[in-house]
Amino acid sequence: MSLIYSDEQQQLHDSARDFLAARSPVAVQRRVRDEQIAAGFDPQVWQGMIELGWSAVAFAEDYQGLEFGFGGFAPLFEQLGRHLGASPLLSSVVLCGALMEELASEAQKQELIPKLISGELRLALALEENVRHAPDDIRTTAQLAGDELVLNGHKALVDDALEADAWLVVARLEDGSIGLFQVPANSEGARCSARSLIDSRNHAALVLEDVRLAASAQLGSADITQALELALDRGRACLAAELLGMAETVFGMTVEYLKTRVQFGAPIGTFQALQHRAARLFTDLQLARSTVMGAFEALEQPGLAVPERRRLVSLAKWKCNLAAQRVSNEGIQMHGGIGVTDEYDVGLFLKRIRVAQAALGNSDFHCQRYADNLNK
Amino acid sequence: MSDIEQFRQEVRSWLEANCPASMRTAMPSDEMVWGGRTVEFKNEDQRLWFERMRDRGWFCPDWPTEYGGGGLSPQQLSVLEAEMRRLRCRPPQINLGIWMLGPVLLEYASEEQKQQFLPPMARGEIRWCQGFSEPNAGSDLASLRTSAVEDGDEFVINGTKIWTSYGNKSDWMYALVRTGPMVPKQAGISLVVLDMASPGVTVAPIDLISGKSSFCQVFFDNVRIPKTQLIGELNKGWALGKALLQHERRAMSKFSEFALPTHFDMLEHLQRYLPDPQSPAEIVLQQRAVACLMEEQAFSLSNRQIVEGMRARQDVSGLVAISKLVHSEQEREKFELLLELMGHQAMGWEGEGFSQQELDLTGSWLMSYAQTIAGGSSEVQLNVIAKRVLGLPESK
Repeated sequence: MSLIYSDEQQQLHDSARDFLAARSPVAVQRRVRDEQIAAGFDPQVWQGMIELGWSAVAFAEDYQGLEFGFGGFAPLFEQLGRHLGASPLLSSVVLCGALMEELASEAQKQELIPKLISGELRLALALEENVRHAPDDIRTTAQLAGDELVLNGHKALVDDALEADAWLVVARLEDGSIGLFQVPANSEGARCSARSLIDSRNHAALVLEDVRLAASAQLGSADITQALELALDRGRACLAAELLGMAETVFGMTVEYLKTRVQFGAPIGTFQALQHRAARLFTDLQLARSTVMGAFEALEQPGLAVPERRRLVSLAKWKCNLAAQRVSNEGIQMHGGIGVTDEYDVGLFLKRIRVAQAALGNSDFHCQRYADNLNK
Repeated sequence: MSDIEQFRQEVRSWLEANCPASMRTAMPSDEMVWGGRTVEFKNEDQRLWFERMRDRGWFCPDWPTEYGGGGLSPQQLSVLEAEMRRLRCRPPQINLGIWMLGPVLLEYASEEQKQQFLPPMARGEIRWCQGFSEPNAGSDLASLRTSAVEDGDEFVINGTKIWTSYGNKSDWMYALVRTGPMVPKQAGISLVVLDMASPGVTVAPIDLISGKSSFCQVFFDNVRIPKTQLIGELNKGWALGKALLQHERRAMSKFSEFALPTHFDMLEHLQRYLPDPQSPAEIVLQQRAVACLMEEQAFSLSNRQIVEGMRARQDVSGLVAISKLVHSEQEREKFELLLELMGHQAMGWEGEGFSQQELDLTGSWLMSYAQTIAGGSSEVQLNVIAKRVLGLPESK
């Protein structure tokens, strides 16, 4: 366990960088946006990621995974962030994959995980019922009716829900416990409608009205709170890495601009007021990287006490949220007029950064969670 | 057994046999032994440990034996350091001159100078202070004006140095002085060493906003030193000064291993002074305190990343560049929050009504202002990051 990339992680980092630079430059995200592609990602780019093994990275060999370890996602999401790459890697593989691993029966795992890896099956996690991340606020219900389950509720925002094969719906059982239910996308009574957000990715609201499922649609039998929290922590670490990558790109663009933009007869990067602001952003980014490494290290230590894992993951999401927010705001300001044009990429990063900041917990959420897990 | 393993065994048994048990305990800051002309010992074990390490040549383990060092290879040195850490041996003496000036003398001094200074240093007989900053040369150190004028076989020194730590307790000073022109200002600077007992040297301790301090101002009034006390070439002292500052950073991190300032635990204070936040204002204060704890943990992760990165021979220059800035500012921020949390209990100056810890807190808070200035102010750190790390252009 370490706070620096191993040689293997570095190789993954380099190959992801080369792949994304060639196949998924920011122009691809513009095209997805302008052509209003509902999936929110380029299917060919996603296929390329699958072929490179990205979806297999953390799964066990028993399920046709590469068994590289969860740490493989650190360089991948960092690079996805750097290139503003969109894919269902987080929604389907990291979040739903973790829930499958933790909750599904051996037979289900044998059947479903290889399909998640190959992309044949694409899942999306239906959790949020609130405007802000609130994993405990679950009012969607699952009731037993004979040998069937009946789901009712409203999911406010489900990432990558459109065109998914099925949704993993978090719902409350009659005894008050939380369960997880696999709802096929064509289920009667399920209505999925797009929510077009600033980042032009795939988001939707999901309404469930008397959706009837076989009892076997429930994943795991006991309360899933712990498994859900672990999956969310994995997702948070990946989002932190993505935010770091995005912030680093914006910062790189900004420093380059400071060196080349001439006003008052000099590159504006010679002005100390701007130099010091840039240096402070660099400081934030360095610390943010350390926290991302700390979170991934924690998630690769199964024996680590849960409160410590929570603290380290929340630290990373908190720090990367704040760093990316600062860097995007300052980045646009220092670019001046061009920074607020649609033509220039920095605005696209700003929009994705804000959505990623809010996803799975904003800074206040993670500060509170860190506080709640002190001294435990 | 490999040679280095055998060396490790030898070191281990020597330390076990020679380091008194009381010298293998955590060291309170008032039990540090400072080397110099007159060494003060608080007890017999301190003296024993000092003398045994001295006689073994391990005050300067990696200096050549001809200058009184231990003659250890870098690999052997790290074995010795590791074994001392393992047995929790206290440093037998604190001697910043050995750590900072020593390497510069070894590299730049003449053979005569090495013979003159290194053996007594290696015996812990010289306590050095540093004469760099002046009242009008702080962040812009190269504009220093303390002059050394040639007069026959001597230099005559006039001027003043400030922020000289322990200037009143040191035997010798190494100083940057002006021996040449002001333009370009770096090209007229030389490095000299001088005996603090020389006629014309006066020292005045400086009281800080936190009270008594180790900082002094040193005045030179026609102080005469022989030309043989010029280190390196005339007017080439700036490069040596920079080398010294490199060693200063290492010396300071070594020093802080032993002389950790009193640590004020934010969490402990939070639970004590705000156990049950109720009002929105209290909840906001709690959140700010937690954010402070989080920043501290981020910094400690980055410190670990530096160590691991160095071990793996990765480039950690960015992390190193932010380290002093982040640490000193985080500390000050923390004290500010503690002041809000503890109200007037954190503002006590002396006397009744305050615990020693509370009074220490007041002092440390006030001292934290010096930390964002000393050793390169935050603004200098930001300049370094902007120019050297980010490559932003110099203004013309």
